Amino acid sequence: MFRTLAKLHSHFGNAFYLRKVCPIYRRCRFASKYSTTTTERKRFYQDVSISQGEGGMFEVNLDQRKLKTPGGKLFTVPNEAMAIAVATEWDAQRDTLKFYTMHLTTLCNTALDNPTQRNKDQMINAALKFLETDTVCYRVEEPLALVELQKNEWDPVLHWIENRYDVTIGSSYNILGPEIPDATKDTFRQHLNSYNFWSLTGLEYVITQLKSIVLSLGVIDRHLSVQEAVLLSRLEEEYQIRRWGSVEWAHDYDMYELRARTAAGALFVHLSSESSTVKRKLLQD
Amino acid sequence: MAALPSPLSICRGILKELRAIHGASYRRCLAYNYVMDQFRKNKVTGARYCRAQQDAHHASYSYLCLLQSTRNHQVLHSLYHGKGERCPEEVAGLVGLRLPTQPGGKGWEK
Repeated sequence: MFRTLAKLHSHFGNAFYLRKVCPIYRRCRFASKYSTTTTERKRFYQDVSISQGEGGMFEVNLDQRKLKTPGGKLFTVPNEAMAIAVATEWDAQRDTLKFYTMHLTTLCNTALDNPTQRNKDQMINAALKFLETDTVCYRVEEPLALVELQKNEWDPVLHWIENRYDVTIGSSYNILGPEIPDATKDTFRQHLNSYNFWSLTGLEYVITQLKSIVLSLGVIDRHLSVQEAVLLSRLEEEYQIRRWGSVEWAHDYDMYELRARTAAGALFVHLSSESSTVKRKLLQD
Repeated sequence: MAALPSPLSICRGILKELRAIHGASYRRCLAYNYVMDQFRKNKVTGARYCRAQQDAHHASYSYLCLLQSTRNHQVLHSLYHGKGERCPEEVAGLVGLRLPTQPGGKGWEK
């Protein structure tokens, strides 16, 4: 009697359980497609090529198959340069696919699938949040050498952006950070709004990597190179490395990863916002 | 802002990275042709191309940085990470220590 009851319960219990869990289960399956960083697939193709499909969009082909996004959409990019860069990433894989080294592919997938279902306003708000806690605005009071270093390295960038966008940002020794005026936020909101969705995806990626709007715009506006921006973003760490020595599997590892991600993001912004220039050049030749 | 390296050295750097990716037949890959094409096109010295040229210069430097950093990162990753758990000997070796090979090491006498 008890056993049948238990069976019955487990039967219905499972049914309820499944039905309740179903939406989450589905989401998990979608998520598992995105969690490809942990699993490594074999390289299942020989040749990588690109082709121009409908509407002038470029596609990437692995042997005869068309590349798709994790969400199941056809993988299309707006210009040839981006398609070639993505194809090169796929071609660079040896025996196994290492998705954590394919930053441009990842960014394209994010822009195409938009897995978090955000619109431009939400992205701009998320990016502007970094202005309140911008890396270059927070200064230390000791040790003296680091204070000097931050002043010498960060102040020029801060002055540059204040002149370039005609805003006030300022720096602070306080844990609360500097008081950012609303006018500054409005200026940046307007500026970020001028980017298209793809560029904004890349720009937000750079901002979240460098933890700084100032440095990110420095890279995008070609005031800083990627290496310089990464150095400025990791200034305190670099100071500690100079004092205590560098540990290859932590410091260098982090630095190269940050550089690769920042460069990918900057290039992504460049390639997805400058397509008109490229077209014009082709016509004039 | 420090000046970027010359376009020629950036171009060479990118080709070197492409060679590391594709091996000896790197001249046949898509990226080789495109990169060479772009570097040739942007060589124009007319004032009209000025902005585009700076743009291309900066973008190519970013691309070089992307290729180099990805390669270096992957080398470090395969060297130190992503191989699962290390054995005690390896862990000790990482910080410059050795495990006692024979009984009679520290704490054995008791």
